[in-house]
Amino acid sequence: MTIIGWLQISLLFAAVALVIKPLGLFMARVFEGERTFLSPVMGPLERGIYRLSGIDPRKEQGWLAYTLSMLAFSLIGFVSLYAILRLQAYLPLNPQGFAAVPADLAFNTAVSFVTNTNWQNYAGEATMSHFSQMAGLTVHNFLSAATGMALAIAFTRAFTRSRIATLGNFWVDMTRATLFVLLPLSIVTAIVFVAMGLPQTLQASISATTLEGANQIISLGPVASQEAIKQLGTNGGGFFNANAAHPFENPTAFSNYLNIFAMLSISAALVYTFGQMVGNRRQGWALISAIAVLLIAGVAVTYWAEAQGNTILTALGVDPALGNMEGKEVRFGQAMTALYAAVTTGLSDGGVNGMHGSFTGLGGLIPMFLIQLGEVLPGGVGSGLYGLIVFALLSVFVAGLMVGRTPEFLGKKIEGREMKFAMLAILILPLAILGFTAISAMLPIAVASIGTAGPHGLSEILYAYTSAAGNNGSAFGGLSGNTLWYNTTLGIAMLLGRFAYVVPVMAIAGSLAAKVKVPASSGTFPTDGPLFVGLLIGIILILGGLQFFPALALGPIVEHFAMLAGQTF
Amino acid sequence: MSKDHKAPGLLDPAILMPAMRDAVKKLNPRQLLRNPVIFVTEVVAGVVTLLFLRDLVSNPAEAGFSGQIAAWLWFTVLFATFAEAVAEGRGRAQADSLKRTKSELVARRLIAGGKTESVPSTSLKIGDIVIVKVGELIPGDGEVIEGVASVNESAITGESAPVIRESGGDRSAVTGGTQVLSDEIKVKITVAPGSSFVDRMIALIEGAKRQKTPNEIALSILLSGLTLIFLFVCVAIWGLAGYSGTVLSVTVLAALLVTLIPTTIGGLLSSIGIAGMDRLVRFNVIATSGRAVEAAGDVDTLLLDKTGTITFGNRMASDFVAAPGVTQVELAEAALLASLSDETPEGRSVVALATGEFGVAMPQAKFDAVIGFTAETRLSGVDLAGRRLRKGAVDAVLKFAGLTEDDAPADFRRAVDTIARSGGTPLAVADGTRLLGAIHLKDVVKPGIKERFAALRAMGIRTVMVTGDNPVTAAAIASEAGVDDYLAQATPEDKLAFIRREQQGGRLIAMCGDGTNDAPALAQADVGVAMQTGTQAAREAANMVDLDSSPTKLIEIVEIGKQLLMTRGSLTTFSIANDVAKYFAIIPAMFVATYPALDALNVMGLASPQSAILSAVIFNALIIVALIPLALRGVSYRPSGAASLLRRNLLVYGLGGLLLPFAGIKIIDLAITALHLV
Repeated sequence: MTIIGWLQISLLFAAVALVIKPLGLFMARVFEGERTFLSPVMGPLERGIYRLSGIDPRKEQGWLAYTLSMLAFSLIGFVSLYAILRLQAYLPLNPQGFAAVPADLAFNTAVSFVTNTNWQNYAGEATMSHFSQMAGLTVHNFLSAATGMALAIAFTRAFTRSRIATLGNFWVDMTRATLFVLLPLSIVTAIVFVAMGLPQTLQASISATTLEGANQIISLGPVASQEAIKQLGTNGGGFFNANAAHPFENPTAFSNYLNIFAMLSISAALVYTFGQMVGNRRQGWALISAIAVLLIAGVAVTYWAEAQGNTILTALGVDPALGNMEGKEVRFGQAMTALYAAVTTGLSDGGVNGMHGSFTGLGGLIPMFLIQLGEVLPGGVGSGLYGLIVFALLSVFVAGLMVGRTPEFLGKKIEGREMKFAMLAILILPLAILGFTAISAMLPIAVASIGTAGPHGLSEILYAYTSAAGNNGSAFGGLSGNTLWYNTTLGIAMLLGRFAYVVPVMAIAGSLAAKVKVPASSGTFPTDGPLFVGLLIGIILILGGLQFFPALALGPIVEHFAMLAGQTF
Repeated sequence: MSKDHKAPGLLDPAILMPAMRDAVKKLNPRQLLRNPVIFVTEVVAGVVTLLFLRDLVSNPAEAGFSGQIAAWLWFTVLFATFAEAVAEGRGRAQADSLKRTKSELVARRLIAGGKTESVPSTSLKIGDIVIVKVGELIPGDGEVIEGVASVNESAITGESAPVIRESGGDRSAVTGGTQVLSDEIKVKITVAPGSSFVDRMIALIEGAKRQKTPNEIALSILLSGLTLIFLFVCVAIWGLAGYSGTVLSVTVLAALLVTLIPTTIGGLLSSIGIAGMDRLVRFNVIATSGRAVEAAGDVDTLLLDKTGTITFGNRMASDFVAAPGVTQVELAEAALLASLSDETPEGRSVVALATGEFGVAMPQAKFDAVIGFTAETRLSGVDLAGRRLRKGAVDAVLKFAGLTEDDAPADFRRAVDTIARSGGTPLAVADGTRLLGAIHLKDVVKPGIKERFAALRAMGIRTVMVTGDNPVTAAAIASEAGVDDYLAQATPEDKLAFIRREQQGGRLIAMCGDGTNDAPALAQADVGVAMQTGTQAAREAANMVDLDSSPTKLIEIVEIGKQLLMTRGSLTTFSIANDVAKYFAIIPAMFVATYPALDALNVMGLASPQSAILSAVIFNALIIVALIPLALRGVSYRPSGAASLLRRNLLVYGLGGLLLPFAGIKIIDLAITALHLV
């Protein structure tokens, strides 16, 4: 580890900290339906959309109607995306003349983009036409992110209301998230990316003559625009297979910085929006502090592990000062790769600028564990926030009794009904991750896909289902996922991770909104101070650890100790 | 029950022996279904027992290990049922003394024509009228409709002084099993046999009718959810181990599952609830449901009657304000003499103030005439040595002195005015036509009450004083007692409206009352405490009855509710935190054969994989027994703000729960290695 490396890391977190408040306040205004500086431009557009689709923006929905709207919208999104992928050969903007995407891969990909996972079992530059990339994938980069934001805002409203059965209007929240937040930020970011050298063209490829005199075809396309929303919407699906390690997706150290900054900013700022909307900004900062502590710890451990290098290679005479450079781009180095890896997994972004599977045991453990913690650090846009609130509810429930009152969070009593739905939601992640991993580990056709024998092979499978169920989308590398088994089961894991999780969460929101808001007193469990931050961190770590420690012990943890012991597989 | 019932010792054999028997009876799976965590443990124990039997036949080398695991799993279940049995046993000890009063009573039922017939009390119906004579026990709960009697209610209240029960008014309710000491009363039975007050009390204390409270239900859901998660984890481990080339025995997986699921809190949850009810009973308060005890912990606002709760209830002399030209001692002397014949509490308080604070000696002189206090004259006094001393209501004394209000000296009028405005009641003292001064009577706030209110405020509880006094008086007393708010000139309707308003704002209200007109408010309040001396209507409406009839009890009730919730939360936190150490014991033990490198996770340095697993299982069982006293006693509670309570409990039960098992498992491992158990 170097001072410069740490300076780079700190600078990024400082930059994000600076935008949290203004962006958070802006989003609070947007979702409370107030006027913003974008209203003159976007207002007419917004009203036009409502008129065209026959939506009454003042009509609010209860939790069930809100959730059903979201499910219907996602279903239509899935069907249309699946159709585009299957029919791309007949659709325009297909200069390379790609054939239809196979059925299982199209299913996996459509689910992947609708659930904001963006797991890629395909190589974009060799599978997807420009039309599929732009009208299919990029569109869902926006919509799945906007859906997440809408859900988070609906959940937030549960705490702002007292004895009200409605949570807002899904169509309005989703439209406003797209028009006022995602679209303008993406336009700005895409232009900056173009300035940094990312291609933005409809041309298929160019041919270049290499130094050896050979002829090389280099793929091109509308990269900058997709890259912008890929990060802002914590999607992570790259234009190219190599994702952000590809020089056209991420050419410079500075573009790398902007990548990380873009993916962190909206999710982190949404937590502040939560505090603002519930009328307690300290609450927002408290949650952000818990996130920051865990995320920075994740970065630190990964950076440390990678900087230590591989003791087995050191024993063979490799200079340990170099650390572990396997799977890393030389232009980013360990600090920026560790930072990217921790942030992309803490965030449910899933873009990568290095290969997590090539990290050391411990370095690979952290990204996996950060996803398993529930994608709440700060998680995907929207989904991270509601996930975090569920953890807050659990923390308050377990420890809140210790102040001698039945548990309450922000004035809402947490009772049997909320607990029932919270447990239903919490069950999803271990069920999907451990269930599918265990089955795959025993299934010969599934084991055949792994790239490395021994514990690392198990890590590959575990990482894949972790990434899918967590709606992260990053890959460990090594696993050949484009098989019928993985396309199908990973798709199911993604669906479970998104929808089976959020439906009970919305039921909690509905139940909480209908409850009376209890005024706080000095006898109330204080949820905006350092004590609560510590408790929340403890609950997230203990719960995540208890669920996944045995599985991790057989994968990355064994790898780590085996490396120290000089054992190979 | 006596007034000073002490909790039976935690190791009282009279309770422990039957509890052990009950613990075994409670192993009935149908009964255990109520408690999912322990039910799962029992199922797992059953499975491991079968495996042990199989090992005995086919693999005797393994049988020693699986047999021990099976035994300790059964102990885990037994310890949990034992905890519940002990809690119930302690409650039953209370109930038994009540039951004695319930043995067959014979009722003298009134039948047509004014005659009576003798019937067993169990055949009485609601609406029957019975006659109870001197020395007889009242056959059932009811209302006196004719006559007055003194009744010994010590069987219920532990208070040996008899109480008066009479028809009409607020003292008409009688309780079955209490004894009439004088006179004869006609009682209308208002409660069917089997659901009388004593019956309900017994049922509740014994825990027979115990239903899970809302928070208990929510907590059970959390515990069941965790159990389900750990079930997934254990099943998944089996698959993952298969990939890694380890064949895990079901015994080991069962051990892992039971140590991970929250058996500690699962086993102690119901004892905590029963013990909470029990603690209330020891404070001489009977709750009609566990829900009420839980609600008590959540109370935001206490509605307290001024009289009897905040003040002593009688106005007492607190100062002498002398007229010009009269010394205070002279005035005190005159007031003392004039009050000697006043037997009202107010008169006595004047005597007490004069002889006490002002040091006036009790006079020995003979009086020429003694004028006693009556409600008509509203003054008292004496004539002696030519002096005609009078003390009483200001207008009465002025009239005696032949003055009108306007004639009275300005200084005197100002003094009277000041007293009235400070919320007190002025009395005047005169010698013939000469006004000597005024006596300041005031409601005296009970000593120490202000501190209690301050403690409540620190706990986040607002106190509201309810009084029939005018706003001026109310404000004065409110500020002296340190209550947060007051309701002056309050009618029962005002009280009800106030409670509704507070509840609308999301607050939980506790109040106590005794009269029939309190009943609607008692029913509306989240925690309504009726006085045992109160009317039947009030007792029916309330969800708690205070046998001592002490209104300040409300404060203890809130504390008991909080303590109950804290105990539950602390043990839950402790239970979950425990799991971390168990992983470090069991996971390396499971896989060290396949991956020797994993021995690095064996941070406790446990001797062998088998001893590690057995130690974790034993620790998991023993911790339940070790925590039974805590569950029954409740975690210690000192009134303070939520933040400091949380900090303390998180440190003790959170961090403690994280660290303690590391030490505990290590010690057990050393012991079983020394004993060569594996």
